[in-house]
Amino acid sequence: MVENGWDTFEIGTILRPFEGPASDVANILPEDRSYTKSNSFSVSVADWRIEKPLFNKEHCIDCQFCWIYCPDMSIISRDKKMIGIDYDHCKGCGICVEVCPTTPKSLLMFPEQKDEEAALSEWPKKEKKEAKEN
Amino acid sequence: MFQAKTKNLKNFSTSAERFEGANLLCPGCAHSIIVREVLNATNDNLILAASTGCLEVCTAVYPHTSWDASWIHIGFENGSSAVAGAEAMYKALKNKGRLKQPDRTPKFVAFGGDGATYDIGFQWISGCFERGHDMMYVCLDNEVYANTGGQRSSSTPIGASATTTPAGRISYGEKQNKKDIMAIMAAHGAPYVAQVAPNKWKDMVAKIQKGFATEGPVFINAMSACTTEWKFAPEDTIAISDLATDSLVFPLYEIIDGTKLNITYRPKNVIPVRDYLGAQGRFKHLFTKQNEYLIDEWQARVDAKWEQLQRREEACL
Repeated sequence: MVENGWDTFEIGTILRPFEGPASDVANILPEDRSYTKSNSFSVSVADWRIEKPLFNKEHCIDCQFCWIYCPDMSIISRDKKMIGIDYDHCKGCGICVEVCPTTPKSLLMFPEQKDEEAALSEWPKKEKKEAKEN
Repeated sequence: MFQAKTKNLKNFSTSAERFEGANLLCPGCAHSIIVREVLNATNDNLILAASTGCLEVCTAVYPHTSWDASWIHIGFENGSSAVAGAEAMYKALKNKGRLKQPDRTPKFVAFGGDGATYDIGFQWISGCFERGHDMMYVCLDNEVYANTGGQRSSSTPIGASATTTPAGRISYGEKQNKKDIMAIMAAHGAPYVAQVAPNKWKDMVAKIQKGFATEGPVFINAMSACTTEWKFAPEDTIAISDLATDSLVFPLYEIIDGTKLNITYRPKNVIPVRDYLGAQGRFKHLFTKQNEYLIDEWQARVDAKWEQLQRREEACL
């Protein structure tokens, strides 16, 4: 890609988000698309994060609240299942954690450098029924 | 097909996104939640434009674009006219039989912030609605000029502290009431005018699809909670939006053909306006002894507006 400076920028420039013709984008999933370098998809904003959300599949009920309310298209849902988080585009706002309805939550915020396996091992456990009766 | 797609959230989540990440909107910005819900509401081709505002400057930072659809970068005032022009050209080419994909029916959508809608681009929008283009205008209403540093717009409500109406010893902040843009656009005789909020996704997507199915100009006023200028934590965007819709500060309704009004969301438990105001930093000065009367005035204003909407719905005028 040719990088033009601000003074070489021409009026009427067209940025193409895809390689070649792209006519039916709404029916092509992101992994099957041929993004160009002009598409912001090929850039990362991972360095904006101080905290990252981690996903615990065990508690997830696939309600998709995190998917609809994610402002950064970073919740990856395929075939009606939540399958993971796109850490290249997640800015770490924490909305997904707030809207998660399960107890304990299926998404929690952890410091950026936290190891995923360590985080999963210290995840809050589901409350047992006996404990509730007491 | 559309009904099936939005019957529930699981079905809706199979949509292939046409708005990309790594745009420069703040973490927790409601703008992109709204844009996603609008774009995912249809599988048709889209022709979009955005008036200058957060959405435009953050999604088209040269040499990158976040839009996977035809999108026009244009001035502050004329996002609506750019789309109207594209729509007029589409119609002309269709009449001449020169369309390359005649079986496709693209949707024309213009996005604008509240500054571009309520103030700067108002004349252009009014013109588009008067001419009756087959397009949709979506106003992302965050009640402030957030892109340029939080100056008040004519959408800023009474008592809000903005950078040009700061609250302090002398002033309690913004002194003018918010413009009733819904009534103004309905008065144009537009076939469909609706107010939406991103937290009520089903209501919102249904209204967007209704708008797409309507022939003629459609106006959508979408509440966009602004984490930076309303001063709340980024993770609370949806919670604040819930407070706004449940306290009736931002009632959800639609006006068809400029006359028939339908209220589309009635909260089960209406919460006091005080709770909505208290959750945001821009209203924190109202919770002092000398300004407390403003909160009661707010409540009275919201109650009166709700009463008026209900009367109008009953009257079917």
